[in-house]
Amino acid sequence: MRFFETIELAIKNLLGSKVRSLLTMLGIIIGVGAVIIITSLGNGMENFMVDSFSSMGTNVLNVTVMGKGSTRTLDFDELYEHINENQDLYNHISPTVNVPGSVKVGTETLEQTSMTGVSEDYNELKSLVLSQGRYVQYVDVTNYSKVIVIGSYIADNFFDDDVIGQTMKINGQVFTIVGVLDEVADSEKGDSDDIIHLPYSSALKLAGSSVISSYAVEVRSEETVDASKEDLRYFLYDIFKDEDAYMIFSMSELLDTMTSMINIMVVILAAIAAISLVVGGIGIMNITLVSVTERTREIGIRKSLGAKRHNIMQQFVIEAATTSAIGGIIGIGFGYLMSSLGTLVISQMLDEDISLLPTLSSVMIAFGVSVTIGIVFGYLPARNAARLNPIDALRYD
Amino acid sequence: MIDEPLIVFKDIYKIYKMGDFEVRALDGVSFDIYKGEYVAIVGQSGSGKSTCMNIMGCLDSPTSGLYHLGGKDVSDMVDDRLAEIRNEMIGFIFQQYNLLSKLSVKENVEVPMQYAGIDKNTRNERINKVLERVGLSDKIKNRPTQLSGGQQQRVSIARALVGEPSVILADEPTGALDSKTGRNVMELLREIHEEGNTVVLITHDNETAGEANRIIRLEDGKIVYDGPPDHEHALFAGLKEEVYEVL
Repeated sequence: MRFFETIELAIKNLLGSKVRSLLTMLGIIIGVGAVIIITSLGNGMENFMVDSFSSMGTNVLNVTVMGKGSTRTLDFDELYEHINENQDLYNHISPTVNVPGSVKVGTETLEQTSMTGVSEDYNELKSLVLSQGRYVQYVDVTNYSKVIVIGSYIADNFFDDDVIGQTMKINGQVFTIVGVLDEVADSEKGDSDDIIHLPYSSALKLAGSSVISSYAVEVRSEETVDASKEDLRYFLYDIFKDEDAYMIFSMSELLDTMTSMINIMVVILAAIAAISLVVGGIGIMNITLVSVTERTREIGIRKSLGAKRHNIMQQFVIEAATTSAIGGIIGIGFGYLMSSLGTLVISQMLDEDISLLPTLSSVMIAFGVSVTIGIVFGYLPARNAARLNPIDALRYD
Repeated sequence: MIDEPLIVFKDIYKIYKMGDFEVRALDGVSFDIYKGEYVAIVGQSGSGKSTCMNIMGCLDSPTSGLYHLGGKDVSDMVDDRLAEIRNEMIGFIFQQYNLLSKLSVKENVEVPMQYAGIDKNTRNERINKVLERVGLSDKIKNRPTQLSGGQQQRVSIARALVGEPSVILADEPTGALDSKTGRNVMELLREIHEEGNTVVLITHDNETAGEANRIIRLEDGKIVYDGPPDHEHALFAGLKEEVYEVL
């Protein structure tokens, strides 16, 4: 009997008892559906993380210099030179000097505004766009100019349209606004739009410090992050001779950690969902056992007409595999449906753009696993059927 | 080799052990059947005729003895080889028709050819031929349950013929039919025999057995008569002594 004919026969038998077939498939449908929903949720979460992290700059290294245990200090010019000499590895560098203190517009105090002293390259480095005016310039740094560039939150909430040329007070000193940055977040208090950038020379003076303790370094591309980091580490070790004197930290590292955490979670959840696949498989085994008993006479007739053991075996295994394969296909459809439904619900409820995307590999694996389950769990009852003695089977009522 | 018998039964024993108890279903049975014969194997229930038919039909193997079918020794073949032999050489007609109820008439007749691996065109040709032969060409798409008993038995005859077997084995073919349809079926069997087929009929019914050209009567697993149907002892389960005298 040809393979294709056996499949045809299997489908005919399944259609012969639709409700039973559907109930048998249910376990597989739910299992496959659940695995697909979970993996697509994981996939969506990962994409969301990658997107939001790359907007923060996955190609930026943050260097913190503690200088601990070393008498040597790092000069910015020294670092700047190194960065410029290795343009295959780096793009830009800027000090990032945190300024503690109070910010006032008139008599109003801004409590959560973060102030950073930067060089003229910082806007390029962070891909910041100005909506008005200009950014911090080299002359501002050399002249210790009291100029600032403000985030959209401050511009929108504390000033009228005409922002450029207005002043703010930082730690009692008057600074002139020369530029306004485009909105990058939601223009709310304390977020990345509630910021002030000023020349790092002025920032150091405000902070009462003479040493720059942290830098942002933009690497050439995301592919060179590791190489750049390694190079920077050697360079810094040459200066300090002490690994504890500095710290290099990259966003991409953090992203990697988060991604692997999500992946572990997805694998655990998918494994739990896969349990229902096994339960579904047992359902298929059960129904195949019943069907072998019910069809004992048919087996006897077929054997008397010349069916060999493998013919009978093949018939039942293919029937079980077809059941689980059809269940798998329905489950995939169900998974897709639930995924797009989930995308809709999440975007409605969380106001975030997480799209649940089933990966092709998870679909393929789910289908493969469900067919395998059919074959594995159909095997035992099919073997029983194949071994039936034709005389006993013919007499069976 | 015209002279070689199609079926050779030589000292066939079939012994069932039930605990300490031994049942000799066939107790040293020997006979030859030649191509083109029409033989009835007759006996009361328990006489061993069903066992005889199972062994002849390659559904079962004898405990001891020699069984040659078409020149091949099939006495101790394995399961799958026996299935092949059944497929190639034997056409079964059962008392209960044994049709597959989920398949149409056409599909039922097709089953033996599926296992033989015959191509689709030849199959269709043969199906049409045999269904026409048994007069059911118009019922080709029906399910067996939509047919009368006589029609179902004719489908099973068609199924037995379609593989062009060496022997047609009919096990109580009229047992489930009323006498009129039974006679029709017997008529069909006779015609099939007259077309050159070897037919072996298994029955307990003397009238049915009388259709055959040769009677083999079994009693308690032994042959008590083997000869033409018109002999005075052929159709009656006579006293053993009497019959042995005849032999």
